[in-house]
Amino acid sequence: MSNAKAVSDASFESDVLKSEKTILVDFWAEWCGPCRAVAPILDQIADEHGDKIEIVKLNVDDNPQTAMKYQITSIPALKVYQGGEVVKTIIGAKPKAALEADLAAFI
Amino acid sequence: MREIIIIGSGPAGFTAAIYAARAGLQPLLLASSVEAGGDLMNTTEVENFPGFPEGIKGPELMMKLQEQAERFGTEVLLDDVTAVHLEGDVKTVETGYSGTFEARAVIFATGSAYRKLGLPDEERLSGRGVSWCATCDGFFFKAKTIAVVGGGDSAMEEATFLTRFAEKVYVVHRKDSLRASKIMQERAFTNEKIEFVWNAEVIGISGESAVESLSLRDTVTGETRELPVQGLFVAIGNDPRVHLVHGQLDLTVAGTIAVAGRSSKTNLEGVFAAGDVIDPHYRQAVTAAASGTVAALDAEEYLASLDQAAEALALVQAS
Repeated sequence: MSNAKAVSDASFESDVLKSEKTILVDFWAEWCGPCRAVAPILDQIADEHGDKIEIVKLNVDDNPQTAMKYQITSIPALKVYQGGEVVKTIIGAKPKAALEADLAAFI
Repeated sequence: MREIIIIGSGPAGFTAAIYAARAGLQPLLLASSVEAGGDLMNTTEVENFPGFPEGIKGPELMMKLQEQAERFGTEVLLDDVTAVHLEGDVKTVETGYSGTFEARAVIFATGSAYRKLGLPDEERLSGRGVSWCATCDGFFFKAKTIAVVGGGDSAMEEATFLTRFAEKVYVVHRKDSLRASKIMQERAFTNEKIEFVWNAEVIGISGESAVESLSLRDTVTGETRELPVQGLFVAIGNDPRVHLVHGQLDLTVAGTIAVAGRSSKTNLEGVFAAGDVIDPHYRQAVTAAASGTVAALDAEEYLASLDQAAEALALVQAS
């Protein structure tokens, strides 16, 4: 799994919604193959663009409330939050170049 | 320059790598960055791969194939191929991050990609109820009503798997009989949560922020109706992944890479193809693996013939 900091139902408000930074939340689960595939790519993006975007992960098995609140029906789901609002949603594992293109406005 | 590059990391690619590696060719296998392992990574139980009487999980089978290929000297790179140049004696393969590689032979084992319904709202609602991967997304449909579109083994497997979570699963199929194997059909027919909707074609998906219903058209009477569901799993087949070779390799009318007879030989010397990308019909892990074997043996023979020709030339020049 990715090295990203884990956030939870309990910490989501303070870690994500109240954060002053741009936060990308990786909604994932152990049993999701594409989630495992995209994790190292997210680590690379965090290494290279950590000054502009913070990447965190939320396990949907352990944190059903947040997953339900954001209507997650497909993982990996990557959601970018700014000022408590979702400003971008990316569904599915993609190669690094495609993710960087999707995230171009934030990195 | 390398002897051989294999593009693709499903059963065809890894089996080709096992054979090529055992022949001492030190293959480079380009596995893709996010789809390494191919379709079986999103499969649950594989019950029909010979040698595993208890069945084996798709991802576990792929890990074993990779280990076996690496044991004999295959180099596996998690990178995406962006372009290929296949004419001439030196083939070049460009990748997303690792630069360009050269080889004397290339095997395409790029498999196939999920086919989409081609409906206007399909893309908009993907990740909002529309899915191509039951094992990834089934979890989110606990106690919901969903539909699976398709009539093959994948559709039956997905429908049966989804009953673990969903309250009800409709299987929507254009015909009045299934293409799926008998055992998969039986499993679906006897599952109380599954209801079949025969002779029905999905012509529309509705919903504001999530899937709410499907528009169905009866393929016999032409009548249309709405089927309220919260999820739609699309399992209507696959299309061979040939975008890299368009304009370079001959294709069949089915869209697969054309090969000579039962071999893996494409229209270009030193370029071979194996697995789903040449097979519009059988598409099994074991037929793909067998096809990978054929490609590795064809490539080995081709490389040996080049070496022999070079040796003969050297002898002529020396005398």
